[in-house]
Amino acid sequence: MAEMRYLKAINQALTDAMAADPSVILIGEDVSEAGGAFGASRGLRERFGAERVLDTPISEAALAGAAVGAALSGLRPVAEIMFMDFTTLVMDALVNQAAKARFMFGGQRSVPMVLRTPHGGGLGAGPQHSQCLEAWFAHVPGLKVVCPSDPASAYGLLRAAIDDPDPVVFVEHKGLYAMKSEVPDTLPILPLGKAATLREGRDVTIVAYGAAVHTAMTAAATLADEGIEAEILDLRSIQPWDEQAVLASLAKTHRLVIVHEAVEAFGVGAEIAARMADIGFDELDGPILRVGAPFMPVPFSKGLENAYLPSPDRVIDAVRRTLA
Amino acid sequence: MSDATTHRQAGAGHNAAPDLLELYRGLVLIRRCEERLSQMFSEGEVPGFIHLSIGQEAVSVGVMAALTPDDTIASTHRGHGHAIAKGLSLDGFFAELLARETGLCKGRGGSMHVADMSVGMLGANGIVGAGLSIALGSALAHRTRKTGAIAVAFFGDGALAEGLLHECLNMAALWKLPLLFVCENNGWGEFLPTSKQLSFALKDLAAAYRIPHLCIDGNDVALVADHAVRIVAEVRHGGPRILECLTTRVRGHFEGDAQKYRDADELAALSARDPLRIAAGHLAELGFDEAALGGIADEVEARIDVSVEAARAAGFPAFADAMADVYTPAQGAA
Repeated sequence: MAEMRYLKAINQALTDAMAADPSVILIGEDVSEAGGAFGASRGLRERFGAERVLDTPISEAALAGAAVGAALSGLRPVAEIMFMDFTTLVMDALVNQAAKARFMFGGQRSVPMVLRTPHGGGLGAGPQHSQCLEAWFAHVPGLKVVCPSDPASAYGLLRAAIDDPDPVVFVEHKGLYAMKSEVPDTLPILPLGKAATLREGRDVTIVAYGAAVHTAMTAAATLADEGIEAEILDLRSIQPWDEQAVLASLAKTHRLVIVHEAVEAFGVGAEIAARMADIGFDELDGPILRVGAPFMPVPFSKGLENAYLPSPDRVIDAVRRTLA
Repeated sequence: MSDATTHRQAGAGHNAAPDLLELYRGLVLIRRCEERLSQMFSEGEVPGFIHLSIGQEAVSVGVMAALTPDDTIASTHRGHGHAIAKGLSLDGFFAELLARETGLCKGRGGSMHVADMSVGMLGANGIVGAGLSIALGSALAHRTRKTGAIAVAFFGDGALAEGLLHECLNMAALWKLPLLFVCENNGWGEFLPTSKQLSFALKDLAAAYRIPHLCIDGNDVALVADHAVRIVAEVRHGGPRILECLTTRVRGHFEGDAQKYRDADELAALSARDPLRIAAGHLAELGFDEAALGGIADEVEARIDVSVEAARAAGFPAFADAMADVYTPAQGAA
């Protein structure tokens, strides 16, 4: 066991994937000479050369479209979009091209590309550098969406995303980059589409992903002091998501709360709630509740942003409501 | 013709000089395929939207004559000519247009998404300009993988106003990628002349991005092929080039478009620039008579008959098969 930071885990996954497969390339703004705006690709240009670690101009649409074309032509590109907010500029490449190429060309070829991008608030980055937009991509047939919560899953899921034959939007929470935790000496590759049970409990299931997992864990510790035992599921993959794991936990606890930092309305939580209200209806002893951001842009001022972000207190309130 | 012949011999470094009769055969194949589609569309047999490239065939045939099978192309919504000239399966093409399970795309794409990866045809595209960045990435892959191949991005003058074009020109020039930009300038962007859509000419853009640019008559297939052979050789070793081909959109933006926005004089003048007529004229000078050319047309029609009949006999795709192919099936799965 050793300690590793979330950002280092991303860097290690990129390093190991590039070492394992010469068709893996990195492409993005400042990923090469600068080693990434957050440092995720530090040292990779020196190790693998500028031909495989490419700095692009500030041209998000073209770099994402190029990743699609490269993936159709024998490479496994890993594109970086510096902030998830900027994925608005790559929508055609992802939604109309990457997501559909395999299907609409009759399965002639897959599109093995990854688009890495950080989401999330808490850094005072304001309305255009903080958004959690993963639900948009999870809504598009053909895309996969992943959002790891800690260093080990960041490593394991990124390796799986790069190995995957289909386009994966890999969402990292920038507030987690500095997070450090114990990881095994040999980090395993983790399957996409599988949730992890981070805490077992009998009273309520809390499903979360990304940084919201930690909000849920903090809430669970407080609830435990009151004698309420929450089971925490880290979803890890948003599309596909582990419906069976959520259902199995619901069958045990009979109550469900879903937590994410993204805006609550029309979000990932809504999909999970709707599915469980369908296939898990007989298991439910209380309303399925969601804890997400309010329906407003991410504000800048610290007090506003703190009030905006889902807090452990809001998770605790939701748990109490569904148990009432 | 003598100029073209000289050029072909001079430019025949990488590829053999394209034979005019073969080029003509390529023109006839695209023309007859699209005329057949037009007829079948009007009779209700071809579903959806189709955009015909009648009048623009010489660009497809001329450029493709300079490419190898490993070279890749990204196409447009008006992409039948590109696909056919790149050598896609004609059976698969007609079956796709008729939405059959035997179609190249198993009936999931249709006219606007015809693709044949086995011949380097990376797809027609329903989004104006989108093929540019796909070709950019394909060219990057050719360079990274050292395949020696090039990528070609076909686009219309209507795409000149798309922001993505500017990003792609910049990146292709910056990275000196083996990417040929082929602009099919037919003067129209959907229902409006591009003269009313653009404040600049492509040559000015090319100069801004420092990409060598050549503007030629895109309806003279021998001329297009000659220049393409030379320019493709430059792209293969020297980075991006822009070949602007002045051409003619004879049909509407889509089939069924009555083109009330075009004046009669413009439409009447199109036949003088018909690529088949121009090529036939050159062939007549070389001694090929009408019977020889008619024989080509007969062969092509017979070939199309085979594909159309095979498509008609084929079944429609099963929903479950489509559903199973949204993602790559797991290895070992059925």
